[in-house]
Amino acid sequence: MIPKIKTALLGFFVLFGFMSQAVAAQKTELTMYYPVAVGGPLTKIIDGFVSDFEKKNPDITVNAIYSGNYNDARIKALAAIKAGKPAQLAVMFSIDVYDLIEQDAIVSFSDLAKTKADQKWLKSFYPSLMENGTTLGKVWGIPFQRSTIVMYYNKDMFQKAGLNPEKPPRTWSELVSMGKKLTTKDHWGVMIPSTGYPYWMFGALTKENGRTLMDQDGKKTFFDDKKVIEALEYWKDLSTKYHVMPKGTIQWGTLRKNFLEGKTAIMWHSTGNLTTVKKNAPFNFGVAMLPKNVMRGTPTGGGNFYIFKKTTPKERIAALKFIKFMTSPAVSAKWSMGTGYIGISKAAYNTADLKAYVKSFPAAKVARDQLKYATAELSTYQTGRVRKLLDDAIQAALTGAKSPKQALMDAQSEATKLLRPYQ
Amino acid sequence: MKHLYGWLLLLPAFLLLSMFTYYPAIATLIDSFFTNKTVIRPQKFAGLDNFAFMLKDEVFITTLKNTFYFALGTVPVSIALALIMALFINQKIYAKGIVRLAYFTPTILPMVAVANIWLFFYAPQIGLINKVLAFFGYGGVNWLGNSNTVLEALMVMTVWKEAGFFMIFYIAALQSLPKELYEAAKIEGASSWTSFWRITFPLLMPTTFFVMINAVLNAFKLVDHLFILTKGGPDNASNLLLYYIYETAFSFFDYSYAATLTVALLTILILLSLFQFSVIEKRVHYK
Repeated sequence: MIPKIKTALLGFFVLFGFMSQAVAAQKTELTMYYPVAVGGPLTKIIDGFVSDFEKKNPDITVNAIYSGNYNDARIKALAAIKAGKPAQLAVMFSIDVYDLIEQDAIVSFSDLAKTKADQKWLKSFYPSLMENGTTLGKVWGIPFQRSTIVMYYNKDMFQKAGLNPEKPPRTWSELVSMGKKLTTKDHWGVMIPSTGYPYWMFGALTKENGRTLMDQDGKKTFFDDKKVIEALEYWKDLSTKYHVMPKGTIQWGTLRKNFLEGKTAIMWHSTGNLTTVKKNAPFNFGVAMLPKNVMRGTPTGGGNFYIFKKTTPKERIAALKFIKFMTSPAVSAKWSMGTGYIGISKAAYNTADLKAYVKSFPAAKVARDQLKYATAELSTYQTGRVRKLLDDAIQAALTGAKSPKQALMDAQSEATKLLRPYQ
Repeated sequence: MKHLYGWLLLLPAFLLLSMFTYYPAIATLIDSFFTNKTVIRPQKFAGLDNFAFMLKDEVFITTLKNTFYFALGTVPVSIALALIMALFINQKIYAKGIVRLAYFTPTILPMVAVANIWLFFYAPQIGLINKVLAFFGYGGVNWLGNSNTVLEALMVMTVWKEAGFFMIFYIAALQSLPKELYEAAKIEGASSWTSFWRITFPLLMPTTFFVMINAVLNAFKLVDHLFILTKGGPDNASNLLLYYIYETAFSFFDYSYAATLTVALLTILILLSLFQFSVIEKRVHYK
């Protein structure tokens, strides 16, 4: 009796096993790592996109794994791959590209996009958003949640200071002269954050002064360039010479609150803050492009899609399909309206939805218009170390520990040492 | 047979410890003698190169100095404060439960939450501390943005967070002290000052010793707040050794150098523990 039951059970399990395998063979399952610094609304939007995609593609399932900030997402995705747990794609920091290549973790989209339509798709994005994802002549990252730096300003304070609230500063010298008028004993004229991501803000200042911080191959930095040094001197002068910005470093984390509480007339911050500022500002505020010295400029920022190397051809096709869906004009338009991130292609801004939104809220347009002048965010081989060298140099200059020139020359000589093996 | 039984009892702890403590420690030590492995550059035996690099690494030296300064600044103060709070609560006071809870609250909060709160306490224009100072005509101090104040600011926060935890041990110890001694002291006419220094303090020494070991270890292990507050800045002024290890491993992907730094940290902690157990413990017990 008992053996019979055993056989029956065995048969049942074998059959069941085959069945589930058969189902698995039809469906392609994708695991995506996705960073969220703040939970809630963002994950809901992503979940909505994923279920839309699954409805259209019943043969593909996408599991989105939400995992902290950019750093956490990268660590977890790489750890999962090392542990043999499959993840097929991820949204990670656009500047992680050299590290991911060096870890041999990702495949290039140029190799995956074989058809003419695919090649055309690769060219459909704003070129400045592709810079951080392109190296070695190939595209490795597809833009998704991207931002730039913009200037937020308090129109009420402009009015009180006798300035035209529709004419925010357009040049470095106007920023100083208007900043002086805007600085009172109750509030400062300007605040540029110098913790968290100092190199990012500095990338804007150097581009405005006509210089980028590194070459396209990620093997050279230009920290000791004359124009780069000038840019840091200007940043420092805003506090020590012109007295329009507080001394010492300015906290990234509390700056938005400083602005909302009327402690500064102007702040430089990510476009990612736009929706929050819009909801919470008790005064009239404006958003403008960053002022220029010799030219306009800002670095781009944010996250790109990557496809991992340890994937089957079938999974790669499915992942590509999903990424195409997520970066399609309609989805990108929805994403931009929901978050404040930039629409990633011209076509996105030509959708009826986004057109109407931009019309009702012109500030949303500034980031897009500024893309013309945008450049890549600092990213090199050994990017974490090189970035820290620059961050430390900026903070050393702003706190007065070193002169801007000395700080940047030191950083450059260290960076050169780090990058020597890659030449 | 008797031995086997004993070993079986040890087995679970032995397995867990070797898997999560001894194996990683030994693997770390081995890694520290090799170069970092990337696809472009395969791993090579490096001998003591990593350690030579470490001794010349200015950031390492800075974080080491900061870490010791941080420990020296936080450990004695939080122990003293814990003792004072415990003595206060141990008296017959009104609403004892509420006071005790109030002292203990900072300990319950996660460090990351605490850091987020203090970020706004310390903020230069909008922060609580500067608003209070501004009332007296000072204010506008950029606590976290100035190399000279940032580490001290973090210490104050850490003491606030830690003291309540150590207080609990002192309360427990105080409640177990024999009452007869105090009665005898009273009969002899000793002041409460004398009976504290002659009775309470010596009898609390084992607790102080235990708290001190924990506090010292914590001072080296506690870096959660750096993620929120300063990321080690400005210019490494508040960078601590463990945070630097984290950055090296997970932001720079230099696992070998991170292993080297970890070996340094482990060595320091082992030496400190040896010192505490061998030198100080002998003077702890009241005879």
